[in-house]
Amino acid sequence: MKVQPVRSIEILLVEDNPGDVELTREALNCDKITNRLNVVVDGKQALDYMYQRGEFQQVIAPDIILLDLNLPKVDGREVLKVLKSDADLCRIPVIVLSSSEAASDIQQSYNLHANCFVTKPVQLNDFLKVVQMIEYFWIDIVKLPRES
Amino acid sequence: MNIVPIEILLIEDNPGDIELVRAGFEEARVANHIQVISDGQQALDFFEQDNGLPDIILLDINLPKVDGLEILEKIRSTEHCKDIPVVMLTSSEDDADINKSYAEKANSYITKPVGFDEFLDVIKSIEDFWLTVVKLPKSINK
Repeated sequence: MKVQPVRSIEILLVEDNPGDVELTREALNCDKITNRLNVVVDGKQALDYMYQRGEFQQVIAPDIILLDLNLPKVDGREVLKVLKSDADLCRIPVIVLSSSEAASDIQQSYNLHANCFVTKPVQLNDFLKVVQMIEYFWIDIVKLPRES
Repeated sequence: MNIVPIEILLIEDNPGDIELVRAGFEEARVANHIQVISDGQQALDFFEQDNGLPDIILLDINLPKVDGLEILEKIRSTEHCKDIPVVMLTSSEDDADINKSYAEKANSYITKPVGFDEFLDVIKSIEDFWLTVVKLPKSINK
């Protein structure tokens, strides 16, 4: 089932690995041009973006966040904790997209209210497929929170 | 990818929807087990116990006796089940229900399509994503 969103979906990718950023961009551009991918490369930037601080004062709040865990400056777990403790920002779905398969990382992410935890596949094609499945599920199937 | 059987708890009172969910999961590539609870009070009672907990919960909102949002609140405030992913699966497209569900830490919110085939497609999508792509919290301990 394909239901096209009525407006572009803003996706925030929090990822410090340039290779993973490019792969994610490639995967998201495969079949849709209506989604907008914004990238920040460390945890501090992620929080500045979400709170519209510094260089991010004019940004639009994302509809969905793809969050790596191991990030420079502020760790992804701390970013998750801050976002999910915020009365307004907590509604925005956060998909943890990490190379970790550690049980402790999975458990801790759910404990901090990540919406889901996805491990980055090592193989290129598998990585692309997983990102496309994330996109399909969260954008075509799920109802995202809306301003009311 | 998860390869162990997944325990799914469906909290749903509509017999037709229960059958459609079962049918949708029948094509699953892994051996899933679906348990059904069909009213809200039974669901609250279920989460009082800490054994036999599911890996994932599909939760309707409009239920007899106690509604799904109250059940979600109960799940998230109960230590032994607070981390279990909850997918809201409801006919409500009301913004208030969507926003309240996310604020109460639902993991995702999906509206039930009216058509038979579309409903099955949605169930298949839930299976594809939640049971194969996602790492679930409990399955790691199996």
